[in-house]
Amino acid sequence: MKITQISVFLENRKGRLYGVCSLLGKNRINIRALTIAETQDFGILRMVVDNPEETLKILKKSGFVVHLTDIVAVEVEDKPGGLAGILKILFDNNLNVEYVYGFLEKFSDNALLVMRFEEPDRAIEILKKKKIRVVGKEEITDL
Amino acid sequence: METYYWNKELETIDQASLEDLQLKLLRDTVQAALKTPFYRNRLKKAGINSGDDIRSLQDLQRIPFTTKDDLREGYPTGLLAVDLAEVVRIHTSSGTTGTPTVIYHTKEDLDNWTELVCRCIVATGATREDVFQNTMSYGLFTGGLGLHYGAERLGMTVIPVGSGNTRRQIQLMKDFKTTVIHATPSYMLHIYSKLNEFKIPLNELFLKKAYLGAEPYSENTRRKIEEFFHIDVYNSYGLSEMNGPGVSFECIHKCGMHTWEDSYLLEIIDPKTTRTLSEEHEGEIVLTNLRRRATPLLRYRTRDLAFIHKGKCKCRRTHHRLSRITGRTDDMLIVNGVNVYPSQIEEVVMRIPQVGTNYQICLEKDGTLDKIIVKVEIYSKLFTGDIRQLDALKAKINEELRAAIIISPIVELHEPGSLPVSEGKAKRVVDSRIKL
Repeated sequence: MKITQISVFLENRKGRLYGVCSLLGKNRINIRALTIAETQDFGILRMVVDNPEETLKILKKSGFVVHLTDIVAVEVEDKPGGLAGILKILFDNNLNVEYVYGFLEKFSDNALLVMRFEEPDRAIEILKKKKIRVVGKEEITDL
Repeated sequence: METYYWNKELETIDQASLEDLQLKLLRDTVQAALKTPFYRNRLKKAGINSGDDIRSLQDLQRIPFTTKDDLREGYPTGLLAVDLAEVVRIHTSSGTTGTPTVIYHTKEDLDNWTELVCRCIVATGATREDVFQNTMSYGLFTGGLGLHYGAERLGMTVIPVGSGNTRRQIQLMKDFKTTVIHATPSYMLHIYSKLNEFKIPLNELFLKKAYLGAEPYSENTRRKIEEFFHIDVYNSYGLSEMNGPGVSFECIHKCGMHTWEDSYLLEIIDPKTTRTLSEEHEGEIVLTNLRRRATPLLRYRTRDLAFIHKGKCKCRRTHHRLSRITGRTDDMLIVNGVNVYPSQIEEVVMRIPQVGTNYQICLEKDGTLDKIIVKVEIYSKLFTGDIRQLDALKAKINEELRAAIIISPIVELHEPGSLPVSEGKAKRVVDSRIKL
């Protein structure tokens, strides 16, 4: 149920983000979720795409520094306290969220979030036990 | 203007007597140097087996040059000429790579060094009434301790602040009515730029003189600093291999730096052919210790470029006057007075596995001070997508560079292939500083 996230190292230079996005566009790869972690002189672009293996190949071929990370896509009720409810479950089970960001579109009435855990398998197990929907790879591809 | 001397007899010695003295001291120095494995081997090859083999000053030409690489290869004791028990101080300086160079001093060596510094200070007209603030680094760097002991022996009131902390520097200047300051030219300009910020107007300071060295600067910058502070600026030259400051210094006439020729044999050579050059011809400064016994160096190639002024100085000192340092024969960088070799940086950067094969060193001005930026390409296979890992990598590179080059650089991480591919060393270093 884990999903593959692609991380791209971006140095602080004009046009680097454009470089990645235009490359993906040309290859008809769709970005489903995206966030940028930035520091003073570099950033890390994190994204979920519809075809991670192909994306990895394309970016590497163009010389980008890329890494694949397992993340978990979690459905969150789109209402006040929706996210808090899930975070409580995680907190009660002593699960630390390293970072979280949202998908660009919804594919049900619920919002879809990317969550990164140190122990993704245990996280999935606990969330499922609490009837929280965790979205799988195929669903992302068909989004 | 009245001229004062610390050691009038030696400072105004006539040429014939000077040469007699130099020959005697050179023989003693060669004899001392022969006690080291390095020189025993090297001088033997040149047919010199004792000090007596030096029959005239012309015989200096038979002695092979000594280079910084020789010092590095001789590290730590290859050039030590006395029993370690005789040594009272050690100064090391960074080599061109990880191996440093070391200079040992006996008590007499330090006494002689201090004597020369006293001559320098007195030559500028300073006296024991002056308050001397030393903003050069203390410790292994010779700039701080060298001037310190001379100023103390002369009886000046010494404030041994060391480098940095400009606010405190200015406060001390004001509170203790500092009249003489020892600094790098860029730091002097930095102090000036901070006076407003710290709300201490110039008329609350008592500064009269500045001794500026450790960095190249121009006649224009001297004039600028003199006008800013309403003071006299004197140029200072020295290098750790030749003790440190006190080798050459300007007198009140500010027309070149008197080089103490009863302690150093001064030659200017063509760095390519190694032929000796005459006065007013620019070349590499070559110095021979005449009085140092713990680490006597013969014909040491300083890699500094300058020329010798023609004619006599109005101060009646007979010692030749060296021009400003006009450049280097190697790629050494001077960053806020600290000597840095690109090869030292390369060595550190290349031993860190997360760093790729390319790097670049950029030098920029931050106000009047220098800053050094080391740009490295990260090695893609070790990228984990984790920002903390990259921050830790930057901190590690910074820490290791600081250990190697003493100063703390700004480290930037770049994508592989983004830095210009180097064709020789030149491209690795981008120096966009405006010359002082």
